Amino acid sequence: MIDAALEIFESLSRHGVRTVLTLLSVAWGTFVLVVLLGAGQGLSNTAGHEFRDDAVNSLWLYRGTTSRPWDGLPVGRSVTFTNADLPFLQARIPEIDHLTGRFYTWGGQQISANGRSSDFDVRSVHPDHQFLENTKVVKGRYLDELDIEEHRKVTVIGVPVAEFLFRGADPLGQWISVGGVPFRVVGVFDDDGGENETRMVYLPISTAQAAFGGYDRVHQVMFTIGDASVEESVRIEQEVRQLMSARKRFDPDDPRALRVRNNVEGYAQIVHILALLEAFVWLVGLGTMTAGLVGVSNILLVTVRERTGEIGLRKALGARPSSIVGSIVAEAVLLTGVAGYLGIVGGVACIALIKVGFPDNEYIRDPAVRLGPALAAGAILVVAGAIAGAAPAIRAASIRPVEALREGAQ
Amino acid sequence: MIRLRELRKSYVMAGRPLPVLKGIDLTIPTGELAAITGSSGSGKSTLLNVLGILDAYDSGSYELGDVLVKDLTEARAAELRNKYVGFVFQSFHLLPYKNATENVALPLYYAGIPRRERFRRANELLERVGLGDRADHLPNQLSGGQKQRVAIARSLVTNPRLLLADEPTGALDSATSKEIMDLLVEVNRAGTTVVVVTHESVVADRCPRRIRLVDGLIAEDQHS
Repeated sequence: MIDAALEIFESLSRHGVRTVLTLLSVAWGTFVLVVLLGAGQGLSNTAGHEFRDDAVNSLWLYRGTTSRPWDGLPVGRSVTFTNADLPFLQARIPEIDHLTGRFYTWGGQQISANGRSSDFDVRSVHPDHQFLENTKVVKGRYLDELDIEEHRKVTVIGVPVAEFLFRGADPLGQWISVGGVPFRVVGVFDDDGGENETRMVYLPISTAQAAFGGYDRVHQVMFTIGDASVEESVRIEQEVRQLMSARKRFDPDDPRALRVRNNVEGYAQIVHILALLEAFVWLVGLGTMTAGLVGVSNILLVTVRERTGEIGLRKALGARPSSIVGSIVAEAVLLTGVAGYLGIVGGVACIALIKVGFPDNEYIRDPAVRLGPALAAGAILVVAGAIAGAAPAIRAASIRPVEALREGAQ
Repeated sequence: MIRLRELRKSYVMAGRPLPVLKGIDLTIPTGELAAITGSSGSGKSTLLNVLGILDAYDSGSYELGDVLVKDLTEARAAELRNKYVGFVFQSFHLLPYKNATENVALPLYYAGIPRRERFRRANELLERVGLGDRADHLPNQLSGGQKQRVAIARSLVTNPRLLLADEPTGALDSATSKEIMDLLVEVNRAGTTVVVVTHESVVADRCPRRIRLVDGLIAEDQHS
């Protein structure tokens, strides 16, 4: 065993420059693969980040305008939602687990308290809205059913809103004015979506409809559908179209009468694109690695040719074919193994540097090399090394001592 | 002893079989020193390869001691070569990056002998061929005669039944040739069967038995 190792070491060190160059080419290929995989992971993290503030298993319904005549009715009719549409859908689509409407008071409302005032967005919603937007209550409570039933004048305000209006004082129980109507603060919320999602106040939809002249109008309907698959989500989407078209009297195939944003499908598409991206990364990385491996194979082939006489002699002295093959394959595996190790270590170090150097990069968030792919790359290298060694080894094994010794003769 | 019966071999040249050995019958008893001569194309190299288990033959039989050398796998052939046959070549074929001891020890590596034991035996053999003081020299630090002595030491290190020498003096001047032949005669006296392939009559004349090949057949078989 030690002898075999010494033989390999001797053989590699006799071609120092060549060995180092080969090492570099394989190491570079591995390095590229690891860095690309890390960057790919970063992109994937970014996509996950974009979706983090909304429930990915949700369907959002928007009002539209008919673009096809239907049932004797002309095009250009507005399709609207009302409060009654929510229990209607809930009763007919069993997959719905959280359901909410949204009612907008158009434009920002002047919101004031403590002599300070500013424009903030207002969303008037049902209690289930909390689950649709992944709203985090940091103080007090969210809206509840009683708020809706009793048309209570309560509000849940975003952290920056509380900060602006109350300057660190406890906002719970305080009154604020929303477009001139007083609401009592019952909770403070935060949202991973950042400033856009927190510079905002939530009102009970029933109160807002009454206070701001909305009657029973609802601008948007949103619901989650549990752990439904993409196919199920598409089926539910179609079901909703059918139900609403019959109820609102529009062509169920009219794409503009009712617009549906299917987050299940959207998220699946992103996941799909990322999977394609990862496959592409592997393709490029493996391609580069393959180039390096071909180099290894080539160099060993040259070595074998150079050493034809020596191999012939060794055979004459009693070397079995397996011993010849073994030493050449071991040489290849050692070369690629060491090179691969260097490449992986270098790649991981590079990723770590990117992370330290650009901590807040929006496009590549938290690039990281997962253990699995790194190990896979390592394993592939060892196997590939063996394959790279195979061709030269087989050639070496097929050397006939008779001819080799004659060729080597002066 | 070596016994060949009706040994035939042909190579395929341009799609046609070209017979090289056309039925060789030959017995070489243990302890003999024999020369095989013949012009180029007479089949003497091929015979040497067959005797050295470096090449297979088509028909007939080859017995080396109690072993029938026929239809061997490559691994088995390698094992038999390692155990029973020692080679000396015209161009020495020493590994340039190994010193004399390491070169001599190489066959023992393939025999699976431990490192320390290999080097002990290799140095013993170098001592025997008169190169004890050159053990750590690389081949390019040795003269032609010294290289051939190292090669002879290597061929003997496994205690083979048969030593095959292919033009062992072909690359040497006449004085050195004589020294090498003296050494081979000495080896033979110590009990090893030696077969020398040569075209030099000076070399052949040192051998008690001379076999001349012509056109793939034994034309002459002299004892003196």
